[in-house]
Amino acid sequence: MSAPTSGAVSDRAAVSGCAAPPVQVSGNGATGDARSLPVLKERGQREVFCGLTGIIWLHRKMQDAFFLIVGSRTCAHLMQSAAGVMIFAEPRFGTAIIEEKDLAGMADANDELDKVVARLLDRRPDIRTLFLVGSCPSEVIKLDLGVAARRLDRESATGVRVLAYSGSGIETTFTEGEDTCLVSMVPEMPVDRGQATDDDASAPATGPGGRGDSSSADEPAAPPSSLLVLGTLADVVEDQMRRIFADLGVGPVHFLPPRNSAELPPVGPATRLLLAQPWVNEAAHALEKRGARRISAPFPLGVEGTTEWIVAAAREWGVDRDAVLAATEGPRRRGTQALERYREQLEGRTIFLFPDSQIEIPLARFLHREMGMIPLEVGTPFLHRAHMEPELALLPDTIRLSEGQDVDRQLDRCMEDQPDLVVCGLGLANPLEAAGLTTKWAIELVFTPLQGYEQAGDLAELLARPLVRSALLEV
Amino acid sequence: MELTIWTYEGPPHVGAMRIATAMKGVHYVLHAPQGDTYADLLFTMIERRDHRPPVTYTTFQAQDLGGDTAEIVKEAVRSAHDRFRPQAMLVGESCTAELIQDNPGGLAATLGLDVPIVPLELPSYQRKENFGASEAFYHLVRALAGPHAPAPDAPKPARPEGRRPRCNILGGTALGFRHRDDIREIRGLLEQVGVEINVSAPLDATPADLARMGEADFNVVLYPEIADTTARWLERTFHQPRTTTVPIGVGATRDFLREVAELSGLDPEPMQAHLDSRLPWYSRSVDSNYLTGKRVFIFGDATHALAAARVAREEMGFEVVGLGCYNREFARDVRKAAKEIGLKALITDDYLEVEDAIREAAPEMVLGTQMERHIAKRLGLFCTVISAPVHVEDFPARYSPQMGPEGANVLFDTWVHPLMMGLEEHLLGMFQDDFEFGNDTTPSHLRAQSPDRTGQAATGPGGHGPGGHGPGGNGQAGTSRPGAGQGAGQAAAPSLEPAPGHVGTAAPEAAPAPAAAQAPVHAGPEAAPAGEASGEPSPSLRWLDDAERELKKIPFFVRGKARRNTERFATEQGIHEIDVDTLYDAKAHFGSR
Ligand code: SF4
Ligand code: SF4
Repeated sequence: MSAPTSGAVSDRAAVSGCAAPPVQVSGNGATGDARSLPVLKERGQREVFCGLTGIIWLHRKMQDAFFLIVGSRTCAHLMQSAAGVMIFAEPRFGTAIIEEKDLAGMADANDELDKVVARLLDRRPDIRTLFLVGSCPSEVIKLDLGVAARRLDRESATGVRVLAYSGSGIETTFTEGEDTCLVSMVPEMPVDRGQATDDDASAPATGPGGRGDSSSADEPAAPPSSLLVLGTLADVVEDQMRRIFADLGVGPVHFLPPRNSAELPPVGPATRLLLAQPWVNEAAHALEKRGARRISAPFPLGVEGTTEWIVAAAREWGVDRDAVLAATEGPRRRGTQALERYREQLEGRTIFLFPDSQIEIPLARFLHREMGMIPLEVGTPFLHRAHMEPELALLPDTIRLSEGQDVDRQLDRCMEDQPDLVVCGLGLANPLEAAGLTTKWAIELVFTPLQGYEQAGDLAELLARPLVRSALLEV
Repeated sequence: MELTIWTYEGPPHVGAMRIATAMKGVHYVLHAPQGDTYADLLFTMIERRDHRPPVTYTTFQAQDLGGDTAEIVKEAVRSAHDRFRPQAMLVGESCTAELIQDNPGGLAATLGLDVPIVPLELPSYQRKENFGASEAFYHLVRALAGPHAPAPDAPKPARPEGRRPRCNILGGTALGFRHRDDIREIRGLLEQVGVEINVSAPLDATPADLARMGEADFNVVLYPEIADTTARWLERTFHQPRTTTVPIGVGATRDFLREVAELSGLDPEPMQAHLDSRLPWYSRSVDSNYLTGKRVFIFGDATHALAAARVAREEMGFEVVGLGCYNREFARDVRKAAKEIGLKALITDDYLEVEDAIREAAPEMVLGTQMERHIAKRLGLFCTVISAPVHVEDFPARYSPQMGPEGANVLFDTWVHPLMMGLEEHLLGMFQDDFEFGNDTTPSHLRAQSPDRTGQAATGPGGHGPGGHGPGGNGQAGTSRPGAGQGAGQAAAPSLEPAPGHVGTAAPEAAPAPAAAQAPVHAGPEAAPAGEASGEPSPSLRWLDDAERELKKIPFFVRGKARRNTERFATEQGIHEIDVDTLYDAKAHFGSR
C-alpha cells in the first residue's frame, strides 16, 4: 500500500484525465453551469442499506418512540449487524419476525401483529409513539401496516400514537427510511395558525380526508409564522442553530423529527421549511402540501454552506446577509480557523464518492470549495434535482455525477481513477484499502454531528484522518 | 410472529454466504433486495476480509415486482459468471425473493453456462444461519464430488501399502469462531501423527478440491453444525467414516486422537505424545487453587457449549451451574450432558430467557457468545466468549485456536485471566485502607485514568476507534473499570450505533466508547451498571448500615451473590431489617460458596 505523497497526488489527477482546476481555493471561479451537469444513471447491483437502518438514529433522536419492524430474520439481523452494539437489553426497536405460519393467511398475520403490539406496549409503558415499519417481506405479502396502524391506534386507549411507514429495501435506500418516517408524522402535526391570514389554506389537516391535501397553489405569501427545520440533526447542532436564529430574530424555530415524538411541531401556510438533510425529499413535499413554503438553500455543511443556509432562512424574516454575517462573526471565524488546520492534508487531493446517504453532493461541494479537494465521481443513490439545485450550482463541471448504482462497474471506474480518498460503505472499504486505496466510511457522515460552524472542523478532520493515517503508517 | 431484538443466528442465506466466502472459485448469486447487501460488512468488517464476499445480489426493487424479476436474475447470473469466472456457482434467494417464487436456481440452469450451477432453496421463514451453511456445503459437495462416487455396492478399496492414511477436514467457514486457527492447529496435529490431509473444506477449498473429497480414507468433522450433513453423505457415498469428538480441551483432544488412530489404523500410543499442552500443569499449579468450584454458566452453539462444559469441569475444576445452546438442531446432546450433571439444559434463542437464567443461576463467570458477554456486563459478571455469534474482537491478530494442544492453552489463558484480574482487584481492595492504596489510587495497569469510580467523564484519549464513537462516548470511556471494558470491545466493532453525542441524545443506556476497549479483560462487576444488585431489591427489605459496611468488605466479585443470598435468606426467614448477623447467618445457611 503506497502512502500517497503530494507529488503522487497531482500525478494521479493527471493520469485519470481529471481536468479539474488543480487547487480551487475559494470563490466561484471554476464552477460551470452545474445545473446542466450530465448524470450517469446506473441500474445494476446496488451496495447500500435499506431504509430500516434509519431507525438507528431515529430511535435515539425520539426517545419516547418505539420502532417495530414487521419483517424477517434478515431484517432483524441487518439491524443487529448495523447497530453493532448489543449492550442494551431492550433497545427501542425490534422486529416482529414473520414466520411460516403467518404466511399461510392474512388474518393470522394481522392477529399476530396485534398480539405482538399489545405485549410490547404492555412492557413499555413509556412509549408514546409506536412506528410500524414495513419491510420487503411485509410489503410483498401485502400486509397493510397503514391499516394496522389505524386499527391499533384506535384500540390502544393508552394514548400511544401508532404510525406506519416503509423502510423496506424494495422501496427505500438507507436515509430514505428517515424520509418515509417523517412523512408518516406530517398528517399528525398540528396546524400552525401563526400570523397566517388565509383561513382557507389552514384547513384542518387531520380529520376526515384531511390527511395532507390542504395546499392551494397560489395563496398570497403570508408573513412567516415559524421556521421548520427538517431532518435529524444532533441535539448539539440544533441548539447552536436555535441560538443563531434567536439572535437574528428568526423564529419560532421547530425541528422535525422532534426530540419528543409526542410534541410535534405545527405546520401551515405561514410556515417556512428549511431542509437540514439532503434526504428529506418526500417529507418536504408532504409539508408543502400542508402549506409550508420551502426555502431553497445549500445544506449546512462547512462554513460557506452553513452561512448560505442561515442567510436563506433569515431573508424570509427580512434579515439581510450583512446582518447574518455580523451576527455569526464569531462562529464563522472559529469554523474557518478549524478548517485551516486540515487544509494542508486535503487540498489538491482527489476524491471518489460512492452513493450512500445522499449527503454526497453537499459533501463534495464543501470539500471542493472550502478544502480545495478535487471530486472525481460523486455518486448519489437518488438525485432530487430541485432540492439539490443550490448545491449543483456550486460544483465544478468537471465532476462525474452518477445516480443509482452498478457496483462492479463503479468499482472499475474507481480503480481506474485511483483517487486519493474514497468515501464508501462498510462492505467496500476494506477491500478497497487492500487494493491500495484510502477510504472513509460513508456511514460516519450520517452518525456524526457535522452540520454548522462549530462542527465544520470535525467534518474536515473526519475526511483528513484516513489520509493522515495512511501517510503515518510504515507497515 | 415473534418479537425479536437480538438474534444468535442470521438468516439461512447468510450461512450460505459463509460457505461461498470461505471457498475460492465459488460465486453465489443471491436473489435479494438491496438492503440485504449489509451482509457483506460481516465479512469485510467483522472478519476484516480484504475482498468482497463473492456474492452478487440482484437488488430488485418494488418497481420490478410487476415486471420481470426473472430476467433480472438471469442477467445477474450471466454477468457474475462473465465477470468473476467462478468454477462453480451457487444460486439462491433471500427471504423476500422466496416470496415471489422466481426459482432462481432453475432459471440459472437454463442459461447453459459452462460451470456447475448449484441451486439452493433455503426456507428463510423456518430455518437459520447454521442450517443454511450446512445445506450450502452439502449441496456443493454433492454436486461436485457426487459424480466421482463409486457404485453403491462397490467395496471400499483398501489403502495401498505404503501410502499414509488420508483424511478430509470438514467444517471451517468464513466468519466462524476461530475456524481459521482451529484448522491450522488440527491440520498440524494430524500431520504430526502421520495423517495426510486430502482436502480441508469449505475454508480455502476450491470446487476442484471438493470434487476429490472421495479420495480420503476418513473425515474429521470439526464443526458438526456445518459439516454433519455432509459427513454423513460422504460416509454413505464413499464409505468414509468420520470422527465424532470435537478436539476442544485436553481430554477431548486425547479422545479425538484415539478416534483418529482407530480410523487411520495408526498406533494410538505414540500419537498422544503430540498432545503437548500446558493446561494440565497450569491447572495443577498451586496458584490455580482459587479456581476450584468457580461457578460458570455456559451457553453457545451446541458444539462449543458441550466442549466448554467438559473442560470447565474436568480441566479447570469449575462447577457448571448452567448449560445450554441456541441451535435446536443439536440440542439433544446438550440435554444429555446437562442431565448428567444435574442440570436442565437451556435450549432457546431468546436472549432475554438466557439473561433470566443467568441471573437465576448466579454464576461467577459466563462462558458464552457475544450476546452473553453483554448480559454478563449488565449483571456485573466475568465473561469469556467461546462460541459464535462473533464480533471483531473474536478475530485476534495472534494465533488463537480453541482446538488441539494450543487451543487448550488458549482456553486456560482466556478463561482464567478475567478471574485473575478479579483476584487482583480484590487484593487492591484489601489494601484500600493503606494510604498508598487509597480508594483514589488507580491500579498501575489501568494507566493514568480517572480514579473516580462513579464513571465520571475522564475526557481521555477519545473515541476514535472504528466504531460508533464520539465525544459523547467519553463519559463512559474514561474509566477502564471492569464494566466499561467489557462492553467496549463491542463498540470497537464496525458499529453504526451512534454514541450518545452523535445524535446528541444523552441516553442513560449510553454505549461505552472504544477508548475503554484498551482494557477489555478487566471484566469485573463493580463498575458495571447493574452493580451487585442482581435481583430487584425487595421493598420490604432494608439493609442496616453496619451490614451494608460489612458487605463492602466482601470481595466485589462475590458481593453480588452474598447480597442476593442474604436477601433471599432474609425473605425466607421473614426478616425485614438485615444486620450483620443476618449476613453471616445467610452465609452459614448457603455455605461459603
Ligand atoms: S432489504 Fe428488505 S428484507 Fe432486507 S433487511 Fe431491508 S427490509 Fe429487510
Ligand atoms: S464518530 Fe465521533 S469520535 Fe468517531 S471519528 Fe467520528 S467524530 Fe470522531
